[in-house]
Amino acid sequence: MPGNARRATMAVLLAGTVMVAPALGDESAELVIDGQVFVTRTEAPEHMEYVPEIISGWVFRSAETQAVQMDDFDNPGMLYVDGGLEEWTNVDGTAGESCASCHGDAESMAGVRTQMPHVNEDGELWTMEDYINNCRTERMGAEAWGWESGNMLNMTAMISYQSRGMPMSVQIDGEAAEYWEQGRELYYTRFGQLDLSCANCHEDNYGNMLRADHLSQGQLNGFPVYRLKWAGLGSIHRRLRGCITDTRAETFGRGSDELTALELYVASRGNGLSVEAPSVRN
Amino acid sequence: MKLTALAAGVLMVAAPAFADEVAQADVVFGEYGEVEASLTGVPGDAAAGREVFINRRLGNCLACHENSDMADQPFHGEVGPVLDGVGDRWSEADLRGIIVNSKNVFPDTIMPAFYVSEGFINVREDLAGQSILTAQQVEDVVAYLMTLQE
Ligand code: HEC
Ligand code: HEC
Repeated sequence: MPGNARRATMAVLLAGTVMVAPALGDESAELVIDGQVFVTRTEAPEHMEYVPEIISGWVFRSAETQAVQMDDFDNPGMLYVDGGLEEWTNVDGTAGESCASCHGDAESMAGVRTQMPHVNEDGELWTMEDYINNCRTERMGAEAWGWESGNMLNMTAMISYQSRGMPMSVQIDGEAAEYWEQGRELYYTRFGQLDLSCANCHEDNYGNMLRADHLSQGQLNGFPVYRLKWAGLGSIHRRLRGCITDTRAETFGRGSDELTALELYVASRGNGLSVEAPSVRN
Repeated sequence: MKLTALAAGVLMVAAPAFADEVAQADVVFGEYGEVEASLTGVPGDAAAGREVFINRRLGNCLACHENSDMADQPFHGEVGPVLDGVGDRWSEADLRGIIVNSKNVFPDTIMPAFYVSEGFINVREDLAGQSILTAQQVEDVVAYLMTLQE
């Protein structure tokens, strides 16, 4: 496929430029993809005490990285969306079902990403990965996918893509409230030998350089993201684990209660920003 | 001075690496967080301190601070103040205090404590009970910072 080849070339090109010179992008640039305008800055949700305006991570990336995300033919994350679309209609497991046999078109997933993570019928907070695996094991009689497996990344990218351009709007009250509080607590806890909290970097210092890194607000609206450093797509929990590890702390497992609660809290700090998945990062 | 001697005495028993090194828990702070006495009794080596300052696994001070003396290094951070002339602004004791545990000098600061070994949350198992820098590395960094004159 020419599209694939072009994306691969872009990834190599980017690796060459971005790694060497993380030149700052234009922070006032507008994110427009195929004529669609994305909300990359907006008033912070009411529950945020210390931040007046919420800003997408895209804004803080270099001009080159920004440009790759602006063109779906260059965005290597779109390969995963294609993969997810193929998997959507694939019959797997003992029940002889595919995702499509219950849900119909993939477009039926529009809006799902804006509300993840979400409290399920049993009162448990679930991520998109949890919902997907529940369908696989309970409805399809198929094996659960690994959190960071190719199939899972394809599917979360594809489902998230169906919400592209829609505003993030996770629920934080009612049954979600206790999870949200737990996540908030984690966000402000200073972890590890470096004794740093999420807020130290992403609330107090966004916009500042941390050596070669231009600190963003640590928003989730772009996830799953394609990262050059990972040479692939990565999940929200992968990113959260990495940031905690960087404080020289023991980190939490993918899918752990801690990371799921933290995901909800961090996602709520982005309520109002457009979903951008799959976005591109250095 | 007496206190320091005492602390050093206690330390012989708790003995970390070197007998006359002040252990993390035994550092004596002044009213403003300053630390008068050398942690090792061995004069700091400014050239070694410069390396500690740059090294990402050691001080990684450049992650947060800009420093004109290191114009040869790419990417200086903007999280903390520019360190040009700190050797003029602060005394050696102040600088030692800031490196050992900046939280005594700047409450709630983001700057990590470089000679504190306890009290961290979920610290990586292999780092438990350890500080980021050794006593001598702290002395070396202090000696280096004293060379940063306006
Ligand atoms: C020592 C500084 C530091 C700490 C502490 C830290 N991060 Fe990060 N984080 C970074 C850097 C650097 C990046 C990459 C640049 C950026 O997007 O800010 C990043 C990226 C992220 C991203 C990706 C944003 C995007 O748009 O791609 C998220 C989400 C994130 N951090 C969340 C968190 C959370 C939640 C915590 C606490 C558990 C945390 N971070 C703690 C430094 C930190
Ligand atoms: C994660 C960020 C961070 C790191 C790493 C860091 N600092 Fe700092 N430092 C700060 C901040 C922020 C301040 C300002 C104090 C405050 O208000 O919090 C500061 C203050 C200082 C000051 C006082 C400066 C002045 O002009 O008053 C000195 C000296 C200093 N740091 C030296 C160092 C050295 C040496 C290292 C490495 C061994 C280091 N710092 C590592 C963030 C950092």
